[in-house]
Amino acid sequence: MSLLEIKNLHVTVAGHEILKGIDLTMNAGEVHSIMGPNGSGKSTLAQVLARRQTYEVTQGEVLFNGKDLLAMKPEEAACEGVFMAFQYPVEIPGIGNTYFLRSALNAIHKYRGEDEVDAVDFLPMFREKLKLLEMDEKLMNRSVNEGFSGGEKKRNEILQMAVLEPKLAILDETDSGLDIDALRIVAKGVNAMRSAERAMLVVTHYQRLLNYIVPDFVHVLVDGRIVRSGGADLALELEEKGYGWIEDEARQNAPASV
Amino acid sequence: MSTAIQQVGNYLETFTEFAKSAADQKLPWLRKLREDAFARFCETGFPTTHDEDWRFTNVSPIARTQFVFGKQQKAFSNNDLTPWTITGAAAQLVFIDGRFAPPLSNSANLPGVQIRSLKDQIASKPTDLEAHLGKYANIQRDAFCALNTAFLEDGAFVHVRRATVLEQPVHLLFVSIESETPTMSHPRNLVVFEDESQGTVIEEYVSMGKGAALSNSVTELIVGENATVSHYMIEREHRDAFNVSTLRIQQARSANVASHSLLLGGGLVRNNVHPVLAGAGGECLINGLFVGDGRQHLDNYMYVEHAKPHCSSRQFYNGILDGHAHGVFHGRIIVHKDAQKTDAKQTNRNLLLSDDAQIDTKPQLEIYADDVKCTHGATIGQIEENALFYLQSRGIDEISARRLLLLAFAGECLDRMKPGLARDHAERLIRKHLVSFAHHRSRTPAAGKKERSWEEVG
Repeated sequence: MSLLEIKNLHVTVAGHEILKGIDLTMNAGEVHSIMGPNGSGKSTLAQVLARRQTYEVTQGEVLFNGKDLLAMKPEEAACEGVFMAFQYPVEIPGIGNTYFLRSALNAIHKYRGEDEVDAVDFLPMFREKLKLLEMDEKLMNRSVNEGFSGGEKKRNEILQMAVLEPKLAILDETDSGLDIDALRIVAKGVNAMRSAERAMLVVTHYQRLLNYIVPDFVHVLVDGRIVRSGGADLALELEEKGYGWIEDEARQNAPASV
Repeated sequence: MSTAIQQVGNYLETFTEFAKSAADQKLPWLRKLREDAFARFCETGFPTTHDEDWRFTNVSPIARTQFVFGKQQKAFSNNDLTPWTITGAAAQLVFIDGRFAPPLSNSANLPGVQIRSLKDQIASKPTDLEAHLGKYANIQRDAFCALNTAFLEDGAFVHVRRATVLEQPVHLLFVSIESETPTMSHPRNLVVFEDESQGTVIEEYVSMGKGAALSNSVTELIVGENATVSHYMIEREHRDAFNVSTLRIQQARSANVASHSLLLGGGLVRNNVHPVLAGAGGECLINGLFVGDGRQHLDNYMYVEHAKPHCSSRQFYNGILDGHAHGVFHGRIIVHKDAQKTDAKQTNRNLLLSDDAQIDTKPQLEIYADDVKCTHGATIGQIEENALFYLQSRGIDEISARRLLLLAFAGECLDRMKPGLARDHAERLIRKHLVSFAHHRSRTPAAGKKERSWEEVG
């Protein structure tokens, strides 16, 4: 059984169809990248998988580990093992970072019928992950993302991923706005998590990130459809030629609207 | 007009009887204080929404009701009070329907500190009171204050001597008990902190059993030079309760006062905080949280007077309103002519959890000095959908996520309290209280109903 199976997924937002029939299958151990121009529906796909409720699924189904992902609330998806690193991480004043992460971890443990992690066990594991992402522990005494720089926020996303250890990690434009040093650290964190049990969906506008996180498959999303799939070299081709040619091709091949 | 006379008429009989029976009427100053106050109340009657200070709060349910003094028939044991006790407090003074209950009260023997009922103090050594009692609370401006003063008889008297540090809080617990007829009480507290002293006083109002009740309290808090004082007002009565409270703070030079209000219970609640920064270099924090649902009406009225230079005042109030609850933040700042270099700020933030909840927020600045800094701002919003999704996307269920966000919002008020027993107590109450507020689904933000905010610098 595949870890994730997306079949003919159609999604609308406020009456506009954004995803127009996505088919995608991912197995554990694989890293897939979704690339595409602005407005092609990349982030919509990521958010639907993370179960943001503002999107309306009009057709299709998504199976995660054989279960109906679209019937899940965001917290259920998270507890089942879906994690999305946000494109725009949210600042939450008044909730401490460490407290938040431990609450999240314990919510997941509780869902799975596992024991809660107390502070004593949590801290050494947490420190190790902090080290991996080269983050200052002092940052963790602050409220969630409050006063964090852009790079710190993105690293914090990967830190959360490292602590929560999802089965499916979705990175929604995690590279956007990062300088090369921050990008390297983020990629190091992500690569450390690559494993045979875990799949990753790396959503990006730029090929640059894929120099550091080399995907097994690349899919190009244009106007709500996957118009081309290939290996890591497809990303290089896109880098070289831009999205223009593939958009033109997609327009010609697009089925007449029904 | 006829209703006003009728309202006052109800109290006339009660006052006449009260004046006859009060044992201490032989003290001419005290008698005069009461009589003047009652005369003033007769002149004005209860305020109406035509009075600017009462614009958002209609007290006709209080005016219409005929209240009697509670008859203390039931005997209580300390066990009955366990839910409200603060373990470790320096003293617990319990008042049942406004009357001091010695068997339920206790006080550590602390050098330099006097904690007893006002009634006892009047009976034994009234001269200590004469200098302060009724000297600050303004019976001219406020009919409730006048009514309280007219019926002034019992309450707490706390006196902390010069340079004495009161390590643990003094807990004043006002219990209104079950009654078939509406009862009233007019607790009167006098709290004096002499120069360079320090301490915390908690005033807490609770109900035991059902029945309409009016608690109309006045606390005069006199804070000497360089003294540091925290005052907590905690309202947790049931929904049939009317609670009107006035905290009148008189601050001397370099005195540092924090007033924390926590309005969780009560049906119709009006909380007046009136500090006068009467010495240079004083600091006053007026911090509050009000959390209401159902048909609760929670009115926070601040009247902050800057009378001397180089003083700062900070008002921070957070409101969480659900159901048909109505909250009010009405903050007046008066900067007198001599109060140069005043630094005054007020901020009111609100979360409205339902379409029918309502908040009126009104800043009012009257500035007669020319070199001052005054700012005010307010926000009205809902639980942020983004933040909620963020928490849920990490595995935290929706109700827990809501509770976390509400706690974070309320936590801003907790953060302004000094660590210690009083703050722990406040935190416990807030945590418990907010649980039920997390169960409500968010309303869908309708167009034009997005977050509103404003900020001005004057």
